[in-house]
Amino acid sequence: MYELFKDLGAWLVDGEQWTGPDGIGHRLAEHLQYSLLATLVAAAIALPVGLLIGHTGRGAFVAINLSSFGRALPTVGLVVLVFLASGLSMWPVYIALVALAVPSIVTNTYAGMTAVDAEVKDAARGQGMRAHQVLFQVELPLALPLIMTGLRLALIQVVATATIAAYVSFGGLGRYVFDGLAQRDLVQVLGGAVLVALVAVVLDLALSGLQRALFRHRPAKSA
Amino acid sequence: MTVDWSWIGDHTDDLTTLTLSHLQAALSAVALGLLISLPLAVLAHRVRPLRGLLLGLSNVLFTIPSIAVFVLLLPVSGLTRTTTVTGLTIYTLVVLLRNTVEGLDSVPTKTKEAAKAMGTRPLRTLLTVELPLALPVIMAGVRIATVMSISLVSVATYIGDGGLGQLFTDGFQRNFPTPVIVGVVLTLLLALVADALLVALQYVLTPWTRRRKGA
Repeated sequence: MYELFKDLGAWLVDGEQWTGPDGIGHRLAEHLQYSLLATLVAAAIALPVGLLIGHTGRGAFVAINLSSFGRALPTVGLVVLVFLASGLSMWPVYIALVALAVPSIVTNTYAGMTAVDAEVKDAARGQGMRAHQVLFQVELPLALPLIMTGLRLALIQVVATATIAAYVSFGGLGRYVFDGLAQRDLVQVLGGAVLVALVAVVLDLALSGLQRALFRHRPAKSA
Repeated sequence: MTVDWSWIGDHTDDLTTLTLSHLQAALSAVALGLLISLPLAVLAHRVRPLRGLLLGLSNVLFTIPSIAVFVLLLPVSGLTRTTTVTGLTIYTLVVLLRNTVEGLDSVPTKTKEAAKAMGTRPLRTLLTVELPLALPVIMAGVRIATVMSISLVSVATYIGDGGLGQLFTDGFQRNFPTPVIVGVVLTLLLALVADALLVALQYVLTPWTRRRKGA
C-alpha cells in the first residue's frame, strides 16, 4: 500500500510525465476542453428552458421528471450508443455530456425561480415593471444561488464523466485510467483517477468562490 | 441503428442474471448507505459542531468521479463486487446523510418537547417520534440514492463488474448496438420501477400524512 502511494507520487511529479502529446499537461487541457465546452452548451440550452418554466409556471411536470430521468440514464450506455450510431467522432462524448448536464441545470434553475417569493414579484409588477424586467431584474438575481448550485453540480458530473471519452478512444485524463487498466498498470490508473478527482474538486471550489464573489455586492437579505 | 430482436430472445437468461446482479449491487449500496448514514445523521443533528464537518466531508466524497472511486478502491478490494458496492455506497452517503439530517431538523421542537414531557426517553423519542416524522424527507433521499445507484452500477463495468453495464462493453467491443439499447432501457426501467415501489412504500409507512390531508 505504502509502496503504491510512493510510486503514485513519483508518477505525478515526474517532469517527463507532464510533457508531450501523452503528457499530463495535454491530457488535462483536453479534459478541461471537453468538460467546459459541454457544460457551456448545456447551460445555453438549459438556462433559458429553466427560466421559462420557472417564470411561466408551465411545464413544471417536465422539469421535475427530467431530473429523475437524467439521474437514471446510464451515461456509459449513452456514450456507447451514440458512438455506434455516429462513428468515430467527438459527437458521442459531447452529446452524452450535454445530456448529463442539462437536467441538473434545468431543475435547479426552475427550483430557484419557484422559490422566489410571489409577493416580491407582485410588488415588482405593482411598481410598473414589465414581464422581462421582473424576470431579469427580480427573479433571476434572487434565483441565482440555486442556479449556481445547478451549474456546479452539472460541471462536477461532466468532469467526472468526461473520463469516458477515453473509453471510446479519445483523450482527456481518462486515457490514464483506461490505458492503465489495459496494461495492468495500477499506478497509472490511480494517477488518472487522482487527477480527475483533483480537477473536479478544484473546479467546484473555483465556482463556489465565484458564487461568493457575485453575492458579496448584494444588499443583505433581511437584517 | 436497428434492434436485433432475436438476440434478445436468445439471451433472456443472461439478461435476467445481469438485471438481478445489477439490482443486487444497487440495493446493497443503498441499504449499507442507510445503515451508515442514520447514526451519522443523528450525530450531526444532535452535536452541532459535527454537522458542518460530516456534511462537508460527504460533499467532498461526492465530488470525486465515480470511476475514480472504483479505481481508487482497487488496491484495497481488487476487481470484485465489494469494490462496486463500496464505491456506490460512498455515493449514496451524500444524499442520504443530507436528507436524514434535514428530516430530523424538520421535526417541530414542540413535538419533541411533548414527548419529553410525557416521560419518553431520548432513544425512544428518536425511534418512535423523530424518525417517523422525518420519514418523508428521508424517503426523498432514499429515492434519489436508489435511482442514482441503479444508474451508476454500469460504471463498474470498467473494473469487470457493473451488472447491465457489461452489455455496454459487449456492444461496444462487437460494434453491435442491440445489447447497448437493451442495457439502457433495462436500467431506466429498473430505476423507474424501484422509484415507484419506494413511493408506494412511503405511502404505506406514513398513514398520518394522508389522514391530515383528508380531514
